[in-house]
This record gives sequence, C-alpha cells and structure tokens, in this order.
Amino acid sequence: MSGIPHDTYEPKTGAEKWIHHRLPIVGLLYDTLMIPTPKNLNWWWIWGIVLAFCLALQIVTGIVLVMHYTPHVDLAFASIEHIMRDVNGGHMIRYLHMNGASLFFFAVYIHIFRGLFYGSYKAPREITWIVGMIIYLLMMATGFMGYVLPWGQMSFWGATVITGLFGAIPFIGESLQTFLLGGPAVDNATLNRFFSLHYLLPFVIAGLVVVHIWAFHHTGNNNPTGVDVRTGSKEEAKKDTLPFWPYFVIKDLFALGVVLVVFFAIVGFMPNYLGHPDNYLEANPLVTPAHIVPEWYFLPFYAILRAFTGDVWVVMFTSWITGGIIDAKFFGVLAMFGAIAVMALTPWLDTSSVRSGRFRPMFKWWYRLLIVDFIVLMWAGAMPAEPPYSTISLIGATYWFAYFLVILPLLGVIETPTKAPETIEDDFNDHYGKPAE
Amino acid sequence: MLKKLAISAVAALSLSAGAAMAAGGAGHIEDVDFSFEGPFGKFDQNQLQRGLKVYTEVCSACHGLRYVPIRTLSDEGGPHFTEAQVRQYAADNFETFDAELDDTRPAKPADFFPQSNLDNAPDLSLMAKARAGFHGPEGTGINQFFKGIGGPEYIVSLLTGYTGKSKEEAGTTLYENTAFPGGWISMAPPLEGGDVDFDDGHSNDLHHEAEDIAAFLMWTAEPKMMARQQAGFIGVLILLITTILLYLTNKRIWAPIKGKKKA
Repeated sequence: MSGIPHDTYEPKTGAEKWIHHRLPIVGLLYDTLMIPTPKNLNWWWIWGIVLAFCLALQIVTGIVLVMHYTPHVDLAFASIEHIMRDVNGGHMIRYLHMNGASLFFFAVYIHIFRGLFYGSYKAPREITWIVGMIIYLLMMATGFMGYVLPWGQMSFWGATVITGLFGAIPFIGESLQTFLLGGPAVDNATLNRFFSLHYLLPFVIAGLVVVHIWAFHHTGNNNPTGVDVRTGSKEEAKKDTLPFWPYFVIKDLFALGVVLVVFFAIVGFMPNYLGHPDNYLEANPLVTPAHIVPEWYFLPFYAILRAFTGDVWVVMFTSWITGGIIDAKFFGVLAMFGAIAVMALTPWLDTSSVRSGRFRPMFKWWYRLLIVDFIVLMWAGAMPAEPPYSTISLIGATYWFAYFLVILPLLGVIETPTKAPETIEDDFNDHYGKPAE
Repeated sequence: MLKKLAISAVAALSLSAGAAMAAGGAGHIEDVDFSFEGPFGKFDQNQLQRGLKVYTEVCSACHGLRYVPIRTLSDEGGPHFTEAQVRQYAADNFETFDAELDDTRPAKPADFFPQSNLDNAPDLSLMAKARAGFHGPEGTGINQFFKGIGGPEYIVSLLTGYTGKSKEEAGTTLYENTAFPGGWISMAPPLEGGDVDFDDGHSNDLHHEAEDIAAFLMWTAEPKMMARQQAGFIGVLILLITTILLYLTNKRIWAPIKGKKKA
C-alpha cells in the first residue's frame, strides 16, 4: 500500500489462505494497521484519531437522536425537549452530540494548523490536503444545518443570515436562495431539507475520510522534521519507522483519553457553556435577536465576512470597477469563502523547498502571528459589528490573506532555512538517545 | 507538553466567545450562590418545593410551563413530592381540555403544566437556560466559570431589580428594572415580599422568594441536571482510569525504543 518498503501480510492457516484468495480483506486491514509510521511523530499528530472518534460519536449519537426527533416547524423544538426530559438517557445523548460538534471542530482546527506548520500540505501530499479541506467544508455545512434542527431562535436566524449570503450573489442570488430554502423564507421546507442533508453528509465525510487516509498511507505520514523516510531497503526504512500498531495506536488512544476526560467534564458539568442562550427560545420569525451569532467554530470566518463593509477602500474600488456588481455584501461573501480557498491552495502558494516550519526561522514568527490572528478573529466575530471590533476584524482579515497570498510565496525566496537532520532516526536519537546508551 | 497546555487553554478561552454574546445594554446581574452550582451542586428539594409554590400562587396567573409534565414533580433529583401529593396538586390547581370528553377536567399527573395565559408572557419552562446572565469580561465568557451559568441569577436580579418608577409608552405601562436589557420592562413587579407563605417556615421576603422561584425554574429547564452530573462524574472517572492505564502501557511499549531522554 505505501511506498515505504515493509513486511506485508502473508496468510498462514488454511482458513486465512481460503479467505485471502477470494477477498484480501484481512490483508488490507493488516497492512493498514501495520503501516510504517515515522517514529519521531510528536503529540500534535494525535488529533487524527480524535477526529475519527468524533465522526463515529456524532454518527452514533445522531442516529439515536433521529429516533426521537420530529423535523417539523411546529414540533421540532418540543421534540428536543421530549428528548431532554422523557427519553432514557436522552439528555446525555443530546449533550454529547451538541458538544461533540465543538470537539470535532476544536480537533480539526488543531489538525489543520499542525499541517500548516509542519508543511504536511507539500508535495507529495497535496491530494491529502485538498481532500481534508473538502472534509472541513462538509463539516461546516453539516454543523451549520445541524444547528438549525432544534429550531431555536439562533437556529432560525442563523439559517436566515447564512442562506442570505447566497442571495448576495449577483444575478442568480435570489433564485439560488429560494432554491436552497425551498421557498421565499426559512420555513418547514428548509428545516426538512436541512434535516435530510444533515443525516446524509456525515456519511459522505466518512467516505472522504477513507480517501484522506488512503492518500497519506500511500505517501507515508509527514513528520516533525519534514525529512522523508529512507526507502532504499526494508532495513533502512525500519530505522526511521515503527509499525502503527501497537506503538501509535496506544499513544493516540492515551491522548484521546486525555481529551475525552476534559470533554466528558464539559458535557457532564457545563454542557451549555459553548451554546447560545437564545437557542432555548423557540424560533419566532417575528422577533429578531439583538445579536445573531454563529457557533464559535464559525466565528473567525464570520468576522472576515463582516470585516469588509462599504467604507473599506478595497470594497469601494471593486464595486466601482465592476460597475456595482460586486457590492459590499457580495465582497464579504467572497472574502469568507476566499479565506478558506487560500488555505486550500497553500500547497501551491508556499514556495519554500523546506517542509517543516521547525527549520524556517522567519516562517515561525509569521505562523505564530497567524494563530494569534485566528484567535483574535474568533473573538472579534462574537462582538457586535461596530468600532473598534470592525477595525480589528478588518486588520485580522487582511493579515489572513496576506499570510497566504504574500508572506508564504515571498518567504520561500528570501528565507534561509536552518539545517534539518539527515534522517528521522537522527532526529529521534537526538531527542531520546540510542536505547543502548 | 506545558506549551501545548498553555496553547490549548488560550484556545479554550477564545471558544467561549460565542457563548458570550448576549443582548446589548445588558443590565446589572448580581451573583447568587445557588446550591446547584458547580460539578457537585445539588438541587435543594425544599427550595424547589417552595419555588413551585411561588410559581403556582403568583407566576402561573400569566406564565405557562408547557414543556414540563406535572408527573415530574415526583421525580428524584427534583421537588420529589409523593405521587399522591402530585395527584392532589394537579387536580387542585389546573384544568385540562380533554378531547375525548370534549370538555375540561381537573388535571392529572400525566398532563403538562398549562401554557401562558397572556400572549406577551413568555413560557418559563426553559427561561433559566434562555438568559445569559454572565458573559464577560470582554466577551470571553470567563465569568461563567466562577459565577455559574447566569440564567437563575438573571431571574433573581430581574425580580428584585424594580426601582419603583414607571412610565407610559404607546398605551403600555413600562416599569424600570435594573436587570432588564434596556431598563424598562412591561411586566409589573410580580413579587414584593410576603406574597407566599411557605410550609417549611422559610423566610418569605422578596429576595428569598426570588431565589426560590429561580431555583425552581432552573429545575424546570434542566430536570435531569443531577443525573447528568452523576453520569459526567462516572464518565470522567472511568476515562481517567483508562487513560492512566493507557499511559503506563504506552510508556512500557516505547521503553525499548527510546533511550534516556536528552532534551
């Protein structure tokens, strides 16, 4: 399966041979589980398994919730209360699902930023990266539609605002919005199609996760040094790698345990901390909440959406040059999706030949600034759209684009990287010393 | 590891920003120490029973509790009345329309509490979770960690926050209230102290009545809170033990691979 030379599955018993000859499924599982993995992977590499766990958790709890939920504008809110009060264990299942979404996004952000630092997007892992970005987009769609299902105030108004973004597209916007909503406004048809898609998309994500794993199993994992595993011979490769089972399975499970302790404490003791109080009010199309705020995991991009108002010169210039076709609202929508698009294009925007940020002295600082920027944007997205928050959002949004479109391409040219170790084995031994010593 | 923890902590704090957004121009919310706050908090059964009395004798004139089945008054982890008491309470206080009889009849435990009698009186079933209370400082939501979730505190602050001033606007009388966003509320002061006589002889001054009804409404909003905290506690404990075992396993598996740590 992978380009790294390693021992492959050999059926031994008669039964194994019989099965292997007809369907090599045991071999596939064996080779997947025993894949040679760089032995210097650090703790930032554990979030993949957390994400796999989240997907399973969300699908399992979600399927149970569906057994008691009613997708109808008059009944949805009451059916959630039915789950919370009358269904055995329903309150736990619902809180697990609610907070599971937060854990899912928390993990995916760390996973993405890990990739951005260690250059996991660089050749030959571009497809892994792109598939990952598609998964992330689908997660956002799924998360957004799931938030609408309880039919609270923030569900309804969030749906109204976000689908309204599509209405900002010139010429086709209004028809597109009506098509998405199944009518002129957010109503029963909207709730039903969101429910249908919220159930469907996780399985599409599961399929893409298989592709994601398949892709990096073919290229091999990246690692903190970005140095490739030696593939000259099996012996050489063995010096740089260890099989995934048991070394990384146990390590990842330990890390997952630590994460889940915190997760369970939140679910058990403060399950509504990350939620919005307004969503415990039933949706009312006649009463608009004072502030419409999305879930925390959308906030950085929500801040970018709102940052480009009509008085920003770039917006005015674009509007003028396009004859008003791209107005402030549409510009904001383009910026929001663009912010994710530039991230997806990182493999081609980063010109540096050095993979890992560990050996890029200038990059390190710009990267740290990007993380600060992300957190600041998240905070600004939750604040009202007025000064000084709008200015902060604009500065944050500008840096986001500058990082991907200017800084990454330039750094590759002007930066002098420090020396990376020759091999993964050297890096590992530098850190731990040889076992014999 | 420490660096990672620090980063995670910063990230976790910023997450709460979403929860932090509440109505602008929010009023003053005082902190109340409720028995049910914190991971080991418990509902005070007597307080819930007193709160029910305040609801029945005062609030229910206008406000409903449409999501709450009357039978849950006998649940453990709630007011925990006997079933006979609940039957009596339902029959004494509420009438329900029965489609089979095509007429109203006295309520039974299987029925729900009634809906609001007034159009502009919100249902109170979930009110304690539908109000933010604390969300600062600067939208970070850290206050919730130290002061509690805020909804019950909001209810206490609202009920005790009337200044006594009122004004008329477009035919409606508005009352000044220090907790209500915007400062003027259309609900006349519902409690003034001494409104309800408690069977357990507890003080019935305004602040105590407000605390009792707030605690009761926290229960109606989150009736399974104690069961949830127990499940959370067991979950954390089992995971903690599993995690420790996995840590030791991990250390042992890697021991032959790693030498002594240099840096």
